[in-house]
Amino acid sequence: MTEREDELSRGGPGARGRSSVEDPDGSPRAGRARAADAARPPFRSLPHAPATPAAAVATGPTPAESVTSPTPFAAAPRRRWQERAVAVALALCSAVSVLTTIGIVAVLVVEAVPFFAEVSPLEFLTGTRWMPLFRPREFGVLPLLCGSLLVAVGAALVALPIGLASAIYLSEYARPRVRGILKPTLEVLAGVPTVIYGYFALTFVTPLLRQVWPGTQVFNAASASIVVGIMIIPMVSSLAEDAMSAVPRSLREAAYALGATKLEVSTRTVVPAALSGVLAAFILALSRAIGETMIVTIAAGATPNLTLNPLEGVQTMTAYIAQVSLGETPFGTIEYRTIFAVGLTLFAITLLMNLVSMLVVRRFREVYE
Amino acid sequence: MIGTRAPDREGEGAVTTGSPESRFEPRPTWRRILGFGFAALCFAATVVGIVFLTVLLVDLWRDGAGVLSWDFVRSYPSRFASRAGIWPALVGSLWVLVFTALISFPLGVGTAIWLEEYAPRSRITTLVRANIANLAGVPAIVFGILGLALFVRAMALGRSVLAAALTLALLILPVIIIAAEEAIRAVPNSIRLGSYALGATRWQTVRHHVLPLALPGILTGTILALSRAIGEAAPLIMIGALAFVPFVPDSPLDGFTVIPIQVFNWIARPQPEFHRLAAAGSIILLAVLLALNAAAILLRNKYTRRI
Repeated sequence: MTEREDELSRGGPGARGRSSVEDPDGSPRAGRARAADAARPPFRSLPHAPATPAAAVATGPTPAESVTSPTPFAAAPRRRWQERAVAVALALCSAVSVLTTIGIVAVLVVEAVPFFAEVSPLEFLTGTRWMPLFRPREFGVLPLLCGSLLVAVGAALVALPIGLASAIYLSEYARPRVRGILKPTLEVLAGVPTVIYGYFALTFVTPLLRQVWPGTQVFNAASASIVVGIMIIPMVSSLAEDAMSAVPRSLREAAYALGATKLEVSTRTVVPAALSGVLAAFILALSRAIGETMIVTIAAGATPNLTLNPLEGVQTMTAYIAQVSLGETPFGTIEYRTIFAVGLTLFAITLLMNLVSMLVVRRFREVYE
Repeated sequence: MIGTRAPDREGEGAVTTGSPESRFEPRPTWRRILGFGFAALCFAATVVGIVFLTVLLVDLWRDGAGVLSWDFVRSYPSRFASRAGIWPALVGSLWVLVFTALISFPLGVGTAIWLEEYAPRSRITTLVRANIANLAGVPAIVFGILGLALFVRAMALGRSVLAAALTLALLILPVIIIAAEEAIRAVPNSIRLGSYALGATRWQTVRHHVLPLALPGILTGTILALSRAIGEAAPLIMIGALAFVPFVPDSPLDGFTVIPIQVFNWIARPQPEFHRLAAAGSIILLAVLLALNAAAILLRNKYTRRI
C-alpha cells in the first residue's frame, strides 16, 4: 500500500486524476501491480498491462512519450520520468563540486591575468620585497612564500614526530579501551576553531617564548608554528594510524617469530609497510599548515619579512590575503588583484601537495591480499 | 634481519670483553629497556596533544570566565569593553549555520547518492572523486576568494548572510560528501537486492531503504562539518563579514557578523580588557560547538535505535 500512497503523494494532481480513471476499469490492485511492473525493468509485464496505455494516453502527464514507446515500460511514464528526473538532479548535485573547482581556478586566473599584465611573473616570483600597498610598490612574493614555509616547517617539526609517535602508540601499543578514549580526545584538537588557537598563541605561547628568549618579537613565526603544529597533530596521527592499522597482522607475527621486540616490530616492520600512508599524512598536514590563516594572522604578524629566524615576525601568503580584505581596498585596483595573484600561488602550492600525496599513496602503496 | 640488527649493535660493546660467541647472545634486558622507553615516549607524545588541549581550555576559562555573564551574551558590541557583548555575533552565527546546512546538506547527500548508487564506475566518477578529495584540501581562504568574486561581486549578494552561507556550504561540501559516501557504502548490499527483488525502482530503493539506514552516519558527518563551518573565520573575512555590527540580521540578505570574526576583532585590539572579551567569546563559541556535537550524538542514537 505504501507504494501507492507514495505515488499519490509525489505525483500530485496527475496521479490523482489517473487513479480515478483506473478505478472503473479494475480494482486498485491492478493499478498497483502496474506501477510495480514499470518499476521492474527486466521482466515482462502482467496481463493487466495492455489495458493501461489507453488510460495513460487519456490522462497521463506526457502523452507523447507513452504513445511513442510501445514497450511495457510505457505503462507508467510518470514513474520513469520521475526516475530520470531524480538521476539528473543527483548528477547535477555532483556537478556542483566539479564546478566549484572550475570556479576557483577561473576566479583566480581571471583576476590574476590583469595583475600579471602589469607585473611580470618573473618579478613576482623572484622579487625579494613585497610592498604592494605603499609606494614605491614592489611585488616580490618571496617574503610571503618564505613566511608561509617558515611557519609550515616549524609546524612540521612539532607535528610530524609527535603525530607519528601518537600513531604508533594508538595503533601498536594502546589497548582498545585506552584508544577509545585517547583518539577522540586527540581529535578534539582538530575541531577547535582556529581563532581560538590564534588567541592562545598570542596570549599564552608568545609570552612564554619571550621569557625563554627575551629577544622574541611580539608577533613571531615560532609561536604560530608551534600552535599550527599542535592543530595538525590529529591529522597526522589519524591518517598515519589508519595506514598502520591496515598492515596485516601476519607481518607483525612474522617479525615476532624472528625474535623482534615490539619496538622493532613497530619501527622496522609496521612503519615501513605503512610508509606510503604515513608520507601522505605528512604531506597533507603540511599543506593544511600552509593554508592555515587565522593563527598566523593573529600571532605571526603583518610584516613581509624574508627571514629564517622564527623569533621575528613574518607575514604568510594567507595572512596577506586576510590583511588586504580586512582593509578597504577598492575593487579593480592592483592592490585588490594582488590577493588573486597570491591566492593563485597558494592554491597552486596546496594543489601540488595534495596531488603528490595522492600519487605517493598510489605509487608506493604496499598491497597485501 | 629485523630481529638481529639491534642485538648486533649492542653486541659491539660485548666484543671487547667476551668471546666472539657473545655477539650472538640476545640481550633481553637492554632490549626491554629500550622497548619500554620507546613505549613511554610514544605514550608521552599522545598525551602532549591532550595536555595542550587542557592548558588551552584552562587558559581560556581563566581569562574569560570573569567577563562571562548573561549581559555579555545579550549585549551589542561597544567601544567600551565593559559594555560590549556578543549577541549579534551569536545570532549571526546561527543564521549562517542554518543557511549553510540548508544548502550543503542536500547537495552533499545528493552527490554521495549519485556517486554510490547511480554513477557508472567510469573515468568520470574517478575524476569527480579525485576532485572532491582535492577540494577537501583547498585552504579555506581560497574558498573565501571564490565567495568574494562569485557571490559578493558577480551575483551581487553583497556582504550578506546568504553569501557567507553559500561560501561555507561549498567549503564543507567535500566533508559532507565523504561522510555520506561512507555511510551509504556501509549499507549492506543485500538490502538493495531485496528491494529490487520486490520490484522497487532504483530511487525507491535509495529513498526507502538505503537512506534511512545511512542517515545516522550522514547526520553525524554533516553536523561535524557544520561545526567546522561555525568556527571558520578566514573565508568570512574574505567576503567581508563586518567586525562591528550593532544589529541582528533580519533576512538572509542582511549584513552580519559571526562569533569567530567578533573574537578576532577583539583579539586584534591591543587593550587587555578586549582580550578578556575575546576569551569569553571563545568560550561561547566552544559551548555552541559542544551543543552541536551533543546534538549529533543524540540524533545518531535516536535514529540508530529506530532502525
